[in-house]
Amino acid sequence: MSNPYIILPVIFQLFTAILLMFFWTKKNSQKLISIICSLITLGISIWLITIVLLQGIHVTQAGGWEAPFGITFVADPLSTLMILLTSISGLAVSIFSTGSVRNARIKFGYFPIFHFLLMGLNGAFLAGDIFNLYVWFEIIIISSFVLITLGGEKAQLEGSIKYVTMNLLASVVFLTAIAILYGLTGSLNMADLSIRVANIENRGLVNVTAILFFVGFGIKSAVFPLHFWLPASYHTPPPAISAIFGGLLTKVGVYALLRVFTLIFIPDDFMTDVITWVAIMTILTGCLGALVQNNIRKIFSYLIVGHIGYMIAGLGMYTEAALVGTIFYLIHDIIVKTNLFMVTGVIFKLKGTYSMRNLGGFYKTYPKLSLLMAVPIFSLVGIPPLSGFWAKVFWIESGFITENYLLVFVLVFGSFLTLVTMAKLWAEVVWKDGDALPMKINVKYFWELKPIKRVAMIVPIVLLSMVSLYIGFGAEHIISISRLIGSQLIDTTPYIEAVLGPLNAEVI
Amino acid sequence: MELLLVVIIGLLYAAGIYMMLRRSLLKLIIGLILLGNGANMLIFLLGRIVKGKPPIIDASESILSGIYADPVPQALILTAIVISFGLQSFAIILIKRAYKVVKTDDLDEMNATDEDL
Repeated sequence: MSNPYIILPVIFQLFTAILLMFFWTKKNSQKLISIICSLITLGISIWLITIVLLQGIHVTQAGGWEAPFGITFVADPLSTLMILLTSISGLAVSIFSTGSVRNARIKFGYFPIFHFLLMGLNGAFLAGDIFNLYVWFEIIIISSFVLITLGGEKAQLEGSIKYVTMNLLASVVFLTAIAILYGLTGSLNMADLSIRVANIENRGLVNVTAILFFVGFGIKSAVFPLHFWLPASYHTPPPAISAIFGGLLTKVGVYALLRVFTLIFIPDDFMTDVITWVAIMTILTGCLGALVQNNIRKIFSYLIVGHIGYMIAGLGMYTEAALVGTIFYLIHDIIVKTNLFMVTGVIFKLKGTYSMRNLGGFYKTYPKLSLLMAVPIFSLVGIPPLSGFWAKVFWIESGFITENYLLVFVLVFGSFLTLVTMAKLWAEVVWKDGDALPMKINVKYFWELKPIKRVAMIVPIVLLSMVSLYIGFGAEHIISISRLIGSQLIDTTPYIEAVLGPLNAEVI
Repeated sequence: MELLLVVIIGLLYAAGIYMMLRRSLLKLIIGLILLGNGANMLIFLLGRIVKGKPPIIDASESILSGIYADPVPQALILTAIVISFGLQSFAIILIKRAYKVVKTDDLDEMNATDEDL
């Protein structure tokens, strides 16, 4: 179905960013505009996912150029779901930023860049053209470069050098992969590529290209052995920025992997083996790495890596149920990781440190806040009614069906390690008796903030915790959406037909 | 011509990766620039090189016929050049700032992110 309005989430974020630039020095107006526009974007994304679920896939051809030649934007259930999640996290982080980001950073254009980042994310989810996807990735990384360096503290600059280098390298690998793919097929449209790649005789070259794509997206989504930049950089920027990075940026990589490896390169035995082994190693390194850290933000950074491994594992098994699990986990993970990084921000504002050894006595002093923190932390572990649990049922079931017993073991072991890490964190930060910490001069503590800023830091955590609880307790609805997306990832005919028009039998 | 381009692309990739593996910040950036140029040349090569056949439709015909130079790779390269120009200028400013703040250009000395805060 052709519908030019599907690019509204992109256009509106662009509009917001430009509007914010007119209020460059007026920080209060910027905050207000950012929150209002994030709310409107959330409305747009809800509208978009509703029409896509009710009426099927919507497509727009930029400039009216027909599909394999022009640039295509596709709104299918997966991409609209990702846009919805981006808007929810975007709204939460936007509110959180008004409370926690310092005025100096806002004066250097924090909010416009933040909305450019969200624009890039929405664009990447809608792109139906592989080169267009590359361009959106570049918009995402250039905005994230600015956000991660904004402020220019020593650790921030060192972290950002690693981040910038690896992301630029990933772009080059991605571009190389596109070059080879174009040489092989002469097309850039993903639906068209899907048909053409399937007809290529030389499978060796196709696998080489697929590996290049896997490396390019793998660096972005931080899979083993390409993950080292993530724990070295994600804990350096302010919590609001970590939250949006931790929640969404690595997941764009996962989205791209899901898209490319279900639509263009249908994994053969070789590719599923590669992906499965990478997933196993990613889970082990991420979760074991988290176990030995002391800085709470680093713990969550390592857990991002470990949980990316889970999602890749679902792709590695390549059954419909496993992909359903991956989609479900993606929904859960975006919300919960964004929330956890915001929680660490609040902890820092209260205590002035991220070190688990020095923290403590949270439950004694702030019992209500501790209860609030319990929701994302235990959702992350996946204690049964909460949101992290349901996806694992699908994975373990498909693990037994596809006889990936090692993977099943690692999935369970990874969950166990997450549990141990979170139990340790809970005991150290919340239950342990904490000494009064020396006051730091350069930290603005929570109680020194204006009441409205304090509210702005707690409200998004409550908001995302509610969403987490809904994902856990209302799992039925989320699973039905995940099942729909999973079935469309296995059978891509609706996607291809929506882009290229009805296929005649001989082409397939 | 193709063979020459293949050799150049290989050299650019090899030199780029070699430079990235050095410890100096400046060499890191040079490595990234070389890699980016290598990728652009690769698109150019894989878009098939055709001499003297511009993709212009004759007045008497309605579609292109025969062999012609594909304009798409050139559009892709142009886009990629513009993007990498922006990213590389950002990266150069970044290493300058980092050099001023950290006071070293040795990547091994940059380990503030590993400190237990």
